[in-house]
Amino acid sequence: MSTILLKTEHLTMQFGGVVAVDDLNIEIPTGSIIALIGPNGAGKTTAFNVITGGYQPSNGSVFFDGQTIGENSPRTKMKRIYNGSDKTVFTHRVVNTPDRITRLGMARTFQNIRLFKDLTVFENVLIAKHCHIKAGMLSAVFRFNHTEEQAMRHEAEALLKTVGLFDYRDDKASSLPYGKQRRLEIARALATHPKLLLLDEPAAGMNPKETEELALFIQEIKHSFGLTIFLIEHHMNLVMDISDSIYVLDYGKTIAVGDPKEIQKNPAVIRAYLGVEE
Amino acid sequence: MHVKRNTILTIASAAVLIGILYWLSMHQLKQGMLVSIIQKSIIFALVAVSMNLLNGFTGLFSLGQAGFMSIGAYTTAILLIPVKNLDGVYYVNGVHPLIRAFKIFIAESPAWLQSLFPFIALLIGALLAALVAALVGIAVLRLKSDYLAIATLGMSEIIRALCSSPQMDTITNGSYGLNKIPGFPGMFGGLIPPMATPFVVVALCIAFIMLLIKSSYGRAFKAIREDEIAAEAMGINLFKHKEMSFVVSSFFAALAGGLLAMYMRSIEAKTFSISLTYDILLIVVIGGIGSVTGSVLSAFLVTASKEWWLRFFDHPLTIGGWEVPLFRTGFRMIIFSILLMVVVLVYRRGLMGSNEFNWDRLLGRFANLRRKKKSSQGGDR
Repeated sequence: MSTILLKTEHLTMQFGGVVAVDDLNIEIPTGSIIALIGPNGAGKTTAFNVITGGYQPSNGSVFFDGQTIGENSPRTKMKRIYNGSDKTVFTHRVVNTPDRITRLGMARTFQNIRLFKDLTVFENVLIAKHCHIKAGMLSAVFRFNHTEEQAMRHEAEALLKTVGLFDYRDDKASSLPYGKQRRLEIARALATHPKLLLLDEPAAGMNPKETEELALFIQEIKHSFGLTIFLIEHHMNLVMDISDSIYVLDYGKTIAVGDPKEIQKNPAVIRAYLGVEE
Repeated sequence: MHVKRNTILTIASAAVLIGILYWLSMHQLKQGMLVSIIQKSIIFALVAVSMNLLNGFTGLFSLGQAGFMSIGAYTTAILLIPVKNLDGVYYVNGVHPLIRAFKIFIAESPAWLQSLFPFIALLIGALLAALVAALVGIAVLRLKSDYLAIATLGMSEIIRALCSSPQMDTITNGSYGLNKIPGFPGMFGGLIPPMATPFVVVALCIAFIMLLIKSSYGRAFKAIREDEIAAEAMGINLFKHKEMSFVVSSFFAALAGGLLAMYMRSIEAKTFSISLTYDILLIVVIGGIGSVTGSVLSAFLVTASKEWWLRFFDHPLTIGGWEVPLFRTGFRMIIFSILLMVVVLVYRRGLMGSNEFNWDRLLGRFANLRRKKKSSQGGDR
């Protein structure tokens, strides 16, 4: 029996009067690849940002790896203007910053690559190892944590070898070709030892061949790092190839859930993507 | 092979520097001006490096250095003015009885404590500034870029105003300032002469900052500079690391302030006005934002050209009965400003950019020059 790694309940995110994500209920079993698709502006990235702690939800809760990492119900001004379709009342308020959520085992990449541009490929990965550092500042300055530092460096090197970027280790991150930058961003996320990896349009701007390579790469790291993967993607071939289950969003609402075959035949999804003849 | 050569070069140049220092300490009386200029430079180098840690490596544009320097300078000065001079210094309003009592206690303490006390005073000043920074940081570090600069600038002015306020008369001597501050102490029981003390202290401090920058925490600082959102997504606690950088930077700024008090022998609140922060910002920018060695180099160049090399322009000059116009007191500042503009135009990112000094680069440049010369000569024939 597989366990649930990430679960959202009635997750709603409202900005002013706009409900960007409305009553999102996702269940991600450990070890699966789940995709989140939908037309532009459907609220996919907002959903990611709420889950990773970038925004505090207007209503609803996020449950990850045995604990509630975010929970909120409409308060103060939001109580008056709240317009989400779900009215379930949550009593607790749980707030976690993105860095803490990352340390709990959830790492992400960004839609528009956010590497540390002026630093080297190696440094980019090494920095991600910092979040689990045990030594304090003073002991790090005086190198009392020499073994820890060496271990961090070895792990970072090993990781670069695994993802095939070792030859570029001393290059500036911004000098890498586009596809390699995407790969580096995934490697950097892997360096934080995640259980769940959130990929925000990993194949954006890639040609079909690169996309195919990426699909293989995602499946590869899923197995070798024992990951669960949650991804947003527009390349339908990639999504249909690798995902176990798909959630479709449109205007913030979940319009369909199911495995790739079901989604392909779902009339609501076809309508959302292609429009409907009047 | 190259590593070995570089180590030898580094050791050799360090030996040369120590030799020069030794020579200067032997001929201190004759070379008074030179000694005081390089002492001032090295103190400014420390402030510049501390500012660079914050502005260049953590990406926090803060303009509060002068405020923290004044905390260090005042604390050190108050703790160090000898008992016998107290009445002379606080001649208007008298001195707070607690300060006097503390000084009498120190004056009667064992000799080893007394010889160590100047350094303890420096440390107390620095720790006090670090504490203030920690408290101020909680409030202002939420701000970004320009807003942070304005907030820290305001804080620096508040500290200065506090130091010169009448309410503080019996502690900081208000607007009269403090004088009769003892100069640099010797170190290690006279092994290092007083004249060389600031060099040793500053070298240790800069070494600390460089080690910090090269540690895992330093890498986290750089990550925050590069991209805050990505850094946070990589599990770096933004507030904790910004606060850390702010506190460490303020600690060393205050320590340099304490050294400055020892160097100047008398301080007043005006010394630590905003223009001091700008002087330091200038050093940082000229040296290269994000380069420690750049800051040190630029501290020496800027101070020396301000106080020494350009003095020539301040005196009236007559060539064969014709008096050259413009050569009068203050003209050197105009030349200085023009030089600054030239430097900034030629080196867009400061003398060192964000690189650190290394022998390969320097020697490589020389080799390039020689090659160019050769090829141009070949072209002539």
